Parts: sequence; C-alpha cells; structure tokens
Amino acid sequence: MASKQYKNVYLNDYVTLVGPLERESHLKKYNLVMDDYYYGEKTFEQAEIKMQKTVITRLLEQNSLQNSDISLLIGGDLTNQIAITSYSAKNFNFPFLGLYSACATFVESLIVASNFVESSGFKKIIGITSSHNLTAEKQFRYPIEYGAPRPHTATFTTTGAVATLISKKPSKIKIEASTIGTPVDMGISDANNMGAVMAPAAASTLVTHLTELKRDVNYYDLILTGDLGCVGAKILEDYLETNYHIKMKKYLDAGCELFLDSQETYAGGSGPACLPLVLFNKALTTKRYKKILIIATGALHSVSLVNQQQTIPGIAHALSLEVE
Amino acid sequence: MNKEEYKKLVSKHTPKEPRLRNIGVAFVVGGFIGFIGEFLMYMLTESFGLSQSVAGIYTCLIIIGSASLLTALGFFDNWVSKCKCGLIIPTTGFAHSVTSSALDYKKDGLITGLGSNFFKLAGSVILYGVISAFILVIVRVVIGG
Repeated sequence: MASKQYKNVYLNDYVTLVGPLERESHLKKYNLVMDDYYYGEKTFEQAEIKMQKTVITRLLEQNSLQNSDISLLIGGDLTNQIAITSYSAKNFNFPFLGLYSACATFVESLIVASNFVESSGFKKIIGITSSHNLTAEKQFRYPIEYGAPRPHTATFTTTGAVATLISKKPSKIKIEASTIGTPVDMGISDANNMGAVMAPAAASTLVTHLTELKRDVNYYDLILTGDLGCVGAKILEDYLETNYHIKMKKYLDAGCELFLDSQETYAGGSGPACLPLVLFNKALTTKRYKKILIIATGALHSVSLVNQQQTIPGIAHALSLEVE
Repeated sequence: MNKEEYKKLVSKHTPKEPRLRNIGVAFVVGGFIGFIGEFLMYMLTESFGLSQSVAGIYTCLIIIGSASLLTALGFFDNWVSKCKCGLIIPTTGFAHSVTSSALDYKKDGLITGLGSNFFKLAGSVILYGVISAFILVIVRVVIGG
C-alpha cells in the first residue's frame, strides 16, 4: 500500500512569499513579496536562504509560537545538497529533516510530516520549501545573463517560499490521505520537456491513489498537479484517457495556472514552490473546492546524467485535502 | 503503453517551434551585425587611415567590447531570447557567453568562481575552433602545397 488515510492531521497555517514575476501573475492574497531577486542579499543563493528564514519566522509570529514549540522542521529545495534549506534551518533551534523530490518536495514533506504527527509524539511540524528562478537556472541550465533561447515545452522556475504548520489541532484544512509515488521513466531525456517526463508519474500516482482508496476520479472537486506546464497537462490528460480510460473533469495544473500569457514563461511555471503558491494563493482563495487532490510532480534528474544521455525518471506524490 | 508509443503521444502535444521565422530573424539580425562590422571597417580604413588587417582587429574589438558591455548592462540576454542565433553565432555571442558566465560566478570567488567558470560556454568554441583550424591548415598544406 502506497496510500494512507489520516484520522486527525491538519494543516493549521501557511505563509507564502512570492517573487517579482509571481506578484504580477494570477496569484492573490500572498503574505509576503520580494521586489527583486536579491531580496537585500549579495547573491541569489543567500536571497533564497533569507526567503525561507522569513516565511518560517512569519509563521512562528502569526501563531505566537516559540522555537521550542516546534518538534520538527521538514523540507527541501532544488539546489545541490539541498543546501538552501539546511542553511536556513541552522538559524532555528529545531530538529531538522531535509528531503528531496525535485519539484515534488512540498508534498513529500507534508506526507512525512503527517505521518509523524499521526503516529508519534511530534506535536507541531513545520514544512518548508522554496525555489528561486535564478539559483535554479544557474545550477541546471545556462548562466543567467546568457538568456539562452528555449523551446515552447520548457517551464520557468517559480520564485517563492512556503512554510506550513502541521499538527493534530483541528483547523480549516484537513490532510485526509496521501499516496507516495513510484519513479516512472518513459524514456524521455529532454530536460527542456519536464512535462513529458513527469506526466506518466502523475498518472501512475493518481491511479494508485484511486484504486487503493477505492475512489472515483470525480470524488474530488479539484485535481491539481504540480508543475507539468500547459504542454505536460495535455499529455497527462491524453495519457490517462488512452492508458487508463480515466477522464478528469475538474483538473488544473499549477504550472499552467500561475503565469499570465503575456509573461512569456514558455509552457508555464515549475519548481517546488509552484504548487503550494497556486494552491494557497489561487485555488483556496476561490472557496469553491472542498475536496482537493494535489499531485506534486518532480523530475529526478541531474545535469551530469542528462549530459550522459540518460533518460529522466519522474516522480509524483499525492495528498488529499479537505477544506471547510 | 510502451516508450515508443509514449514518444508519439508526447510529440503530438509538443508545440512546433517556428523554425522558418527563427531562421529569418537570425538571417536579418546576423546580417545587420555583419553590416555594422563592414561599416566599422570602412570607417577605420577611410577616416583613420588604418590598414585592412589592423582595421579588422579593431572592428572585432569594438564588437566584442560593446557586446560585453551590453551583457553587463543587462540588455543582451533579452535580445538573445528574441533574436536567437542571429546574435549567438557572430562574435557577439562569443563575447556574451564569456561575460555572462563571468557575471554569474563572480561572487563565488576570483579563482574558484570567475576564473574557473569564465570559459564555461566559450571553452568548447575555443578548443574545437583551434582543432579545426589546425586540421584545415594541414589540409591546405597537403592540397595547396
């Protein structure tokens, strides 16, 4: 069984920070904004560390919590050795677990947190994730100022940071069930087409989730995938229909929903912060959706292995949320 | 669904790149840079009385210098994403690749950052440029005597 249902795990609060481009996008009601990519720091990496520190600090303030109230900090980001998260974690006196599932890190941290809250004595857990367009560009692609031309299948790494507070204390968002994904490799080696890499993984996790929990796809008011982008979202719908005969009626992709067409972000947004930003600052603000299935998708590649012509495995983790 | 069938499904949904338009833009932009080069050569030989070969070197220097300056000022990357190969193939692209790498890594230290990443993109151009020049010279010597 890759799926698990939770009796009383709640997402009590969240703090979102958005970057300069995301501020002008479809997002509403974010908590914090950064005006430029440096955020008052000397380098982009240090800016991302500050982004994480800021959202965690704000989350603690908002809930009048002391450092000693937090039993665990779980999270990750896109940089090598998830250094950003480790460097921001050292500023707080919390026990810390670092995770990596590329852009699926947000849901992975919520799944781990939910399991800890439900089954052991960990009372309050903070989940943290962030992505910064320019640290990701620098690490995965060309130098930032190079502005290398990219195809229309490429996605644009979202700049943002999100901290969440998970505990047993009842609140508006209930974490109801989760499904841990299996890495799926369908033979795509194009690092500029992550949607195609991750779509089969999203399909696999969705099917596992529905079968194991004996649910119909229309059980959910909204199925929100992480960052397949507009191209990847179409691939997922087609793949689900031809392979599993599943037709999703209420389906959105966070990457495709985030940016305006005029922002020229190719196929849409990506990065671990993309899904939580669209979930908290767009989907939840409408108050239309009560049962939401979020499927965060990640491409588990490295620059070296892509250069060695290896095909890229994708992964997707799902989390079912019930919103009051 | 096997991997081959999946590749077909993916290519069905992949938007077509406007190749013809890209080629057209590159042709016009690249040609325009060539025109600027020719104009500079003309100016340097006619107005400053330089010889053809010296004027050529100065033309190169001016184009490389201004491309690097425009990269540093933050214009060039936007132009590259619009004009694509029209700006990358001429010497401007070479200068731009070096300057952009340098800018990216300057805060990682002078040796470990800037120094070791300076030719991150341009290294291949230099290496294979020198090798192919070497091979072509041998060919020329063998054929031309």
